[in-house]
Amino acid sequence: MSGNRVAVVGAGMTKFVRRAQETAKELAWEAASKALESCEMTLDDIDAVVIGTAPEAFDGVHMNSEYLSDGCGGWGKPVIRGYVGGGTGVFSPIQGWYHVASGLFDTVLVVAEEKMSSCQPHPQGAFLTIFDNFIERPLEPNLLWIFALEMNAYMNRYGLSKRDIATVSVKNKRNAADHPAALLGDPNITVEDVLNSEVLAWPVQRLDVSPVTDGAVALVMCAEHVARRVTDKPIWVEGVGWSLDSAYWTNRDLSYPTYVEEAARMAYDMAGITEPRKQIHIAEPYDPFDYKELHHLEGLLLFDKGEAPRAAADGVTQRDGDLPVCPSGGLLGVGNPIAAAGTMKVAEIFWQLRGEAGARQVPGKPKRGLAQAWGDLMQVGTVIILGA
Amino acid sequence: MIRQVAIVGVGWSPFRSITPSISYKEMMYEAAVQAYRDAGIDPRRDVDSFVTVAEDFCEGTSIFDEYVPDQLGALHRPMHTITGDGIHGLAASVMQILTGRFDVVVLEGHSKASNILTMPYITAFAMDPVFNRPLAANPVFIAGMEMQRYLAETGTPLDACGQVVVKNRGNALINPLVEFGAELTVDDVLLSEPVAEPLTRLQCADHADGAVVMVLAAEEVAKTLTDTPIWVRGIGWANDTFWMESRTWGQAGYAYLAGQMAYRTAGIKSPRSEIDFAEIDDVYAYKELQHLEALGLCRPGEAGMWTLEGGTDLDGEFPVNPSGGSLGGGHMLDCTGLARTLEVVLQLRGKAGQRQLEDVETGLAFCWRGVPTTGGAAVILSN
Amino acid sequence: MKEHVYDTVYLRGKDFEEGNVLFETWDPNARYAWDTGVGMSRFLQELKAGRLVGAQCSGCCRVMVPPRMFCEHCFLPTDAFVPLQDTGTIVTFSLCYVTWDMIRIKEPQIPIVVAIDGASPGMGIMHLLGEIEPDAVKIGMRVQAVWKPAEERTASITDIAYFKPLEQGGSQ
Repeated sequence: MSGNRVAVVGAGMTKFVRRAQETAKELAWEAASKALESCEMTLDDIDAVVIGTAPEAFDGVHMNSEYLSDGCGGWGKPVIRGYVGGGTGVFSPIQGWYHVASGLFDTVLVVAEEKMSSCQPHPQGAFLTIFDNFIERPLEPNLLWIFALEMNAYMNRYGLSKRDIATVSVKNKRNAADHPAALLGDPNITVEDVLNSEVLAWPVQRLDVSPVTDGAVALVMCAEHVARRVTDKPIWVEGVGWSLDSAYWTNRDLSYPTYVEEAARMAYDMAGITEPRKQIHIAEPYDPFDYKELHHLEGLLLFDKGEAPRAAADGVTQRDGDLPVCPSGGLLGVGNPIAAAGTMKVAEIFWQLRGEAGARQVPGKPKRGLAQAWGDLMQVGTVIILGA
Repeated sequence: MIRQVAIVGVGWSPFRSITPSISYKEMMYEAAVQAYRDAGIDPRRDVDSFVTVAEDFCEGTSIFDEYVPDQLGALHRPMHTITGDGIHGLAASVMQILTGRFDVVVLEGHSKASNILTMPYITAFAMDPVFNRPLAANPVFIAGMEMQRYLAETGTPLDACGQVVVKNRGNALINPLVEFGAELTVDDVLLSEPVAEPLTRLQCADHADGAVVMVLAAEEVAKTLTDTPIWVRGIGWANDTFWMESRTWGQAGYAYLAGQMAYRTAGIKSPRSEIDFAEIDDVYAYKELQHLEALGLCRPGEAGMWTLEGGTDLDGEFPVNPSGGSLGGGHMLDCTGLARTLEVVLQLRGKAGQRQLEDVETGLAFCWRGVPTTGGAAVILSN
Repeated sequence: MKEHVYDTVYLRGKDFEEGNVLFETWDPNARYAWDTGVGMSRFLQELKAGRLVGAQCSGCCRVMVPPRMFCEHCFLPTDAFVPLQDTGTIVTFSLCYVTWDMIRIKEPQIPIVVAIDGASPGMGIMHLLGEIEPDAVKIGMRVQAVWKPAEERTASITDIAYFKPLEQGGSQ
């Protein structure tokens, strides 16, 4: 009853940079061509295209997927773009999954792109328009507000300090030093650097936040019979899940991401996972802010509520720990071109499970990994589980 | 297709040029309540996934996905937005059901076009920012250029474009869902003020507000919910090149490709004889003709004469836009294709009131994403 | 995996200063007049009158603020507007040193989520806090709306200028 089995067989990406010369279309093409090249396929082999990109306000183009379509390889093909804000980067591969699992297509090219630098004077300005048009936008809110409000609620609930949380930023920026596409890798960063960085919106400081980034990532996904033909190392989609909470975010308990738990349970159920802490070997939770990695690890049921910070401090989530978390370097280290960042996480799991992650390779030949993203008004969880 | 999928419930908020008394959320709620009642389901219990279609700049809100779950009863459920037309959303819903992991999926589309104060500027914002936008022209010129080329390539008489408007706005007169019904003559249409020649004002659909919600279900579930499931026989969608500098202006390549995919998935070899009627994008009058040809429902260059001869009238051999289409019902932004699909469902259920077609078994709905795009989607439904 | 990374062209400040790159600019002319509808219209009208109002669901009996025409949990229409107090409790807060377009400011803005008295537990709205030293803000603190003078109100959330600490009331 679960439709066709779906594999990821190729991945490619652009370098993540603060401001790229390439147009959005060109970035999309660069990533797409790298992904196709990686599995020795051409556009002729592709049946359909899935595009992921977050608010049009960054690229400054209305109906952005129409504009991007040819850069993503969609000329003359079925093209579709799904959208769940920051959760898009993991949702696009989920869409790739349902395209193939439906039996309608054998091969799908998934391209996630974000060119945030087009939005001037600062991409943060575009975020003003994500707030409620009636009762929030008149207050001229900053995007950082909602994260600061959520971070504070999380810290307050479990009595956490900034130091407990800063270790995430340090780990991820150090991990990113080994990522060839990273914008902010730093092998020498310390907790003190994070704690001493400029305060933006307390408790959020500069080094708690991932950077504004331009970049694109692409995956090739296909049905089993194609996968067997094109590679001897297909990586299978074992589970997918997504869930959306209420838009009335000021009515919700911000200290726990219920929607992430719901998405995770859906994915675990599909993957037949009953003990995620044993059965997930490597995780790429969404980390646009350092506290989010911890928040999400709890939502993913990989740690008890309020316990992720201690595990992080104990080294459990280091690349050589019991549960390597964000071995890529995450959004904090590799960069955060919104939709592309989530897909980067899926690509990382793909490379790790194939043993192709180079200097970032986690020890012990992981067999199963999870990537998760989050978005809208702190409201949506998207989860994909891949297995070797 | 590997699993049968049916539309088992529909609901709508009437299509009106302005809707000042309700917010977009309330409009969607109204349509949703009606659709759930129609399908006999409780959204908090019986739905596996929700899909909505919206474009941020049509809403004036970035990441509009945020503001959808509550009024659909979708919170704490899988829900996502498709930034496409309603028929793209239908495709996403159908694919989810075909995976076997979802049995009931709800699809929503809406338009609050009346709330957009700077529509031509928003449309222009969809053009290539480097090559085309600096020309700072109202994007309707693209339709004018396309129409010019289409007429020249096919020899279609202008009168045929006028007749599309006369027919569709005439059909709208007997459709209580819509409000742009009018008794016009071909001269009224062709002599109305030029917008982007040869396009005149009455050949362009006005905008309308409204919402449509549909409930889709897998075969086993559909049969338990309704005696009149409307089956999704086939679906297709495609994009042509976005570049204005290299597109084929005379023909709608995206419609050809989307149609071919829909026919392939439906197992249809001869669309004209296997399909009884169609609801086809007519945001500009010539588009109905161009799309009919691209979809293979008549031969290239013949749609105009066919229309003038009454072949696509309500009582013609192949009725096109019995609802009145966008010309008669309004262009509803991302909901346009769902408005077309809704009429196909109502006709196939035999619930189209005064405009009911006789003995119809299979209908096609086709949408286009509007200027400046070259994207479209088609769905084929049967009762 | 280096071979799978495309080497993007990375622009730096001097590329713009020295005119090494070209760019097109465009100011979007995107203006909207959103219909506020039944639930929100009432909320805004009441703000103009200096009052807060919620909506009650007949199913779960929750009193919701901001009010809405439907209950998202029960999926039933709400059937009554309920007057609320203009006091509440801070659920969470931030001290924000940058504006929405990332310009630094000396005195922080203090956004809060405030759970409104009279609404069901945890029902909050977002607003700003004033008349307080940033260091003194605490979660759980009791606060009250400071209304603009009646003649300056426009049926907007900004009819409440900000919230201020409630003299002596302790936490709820």
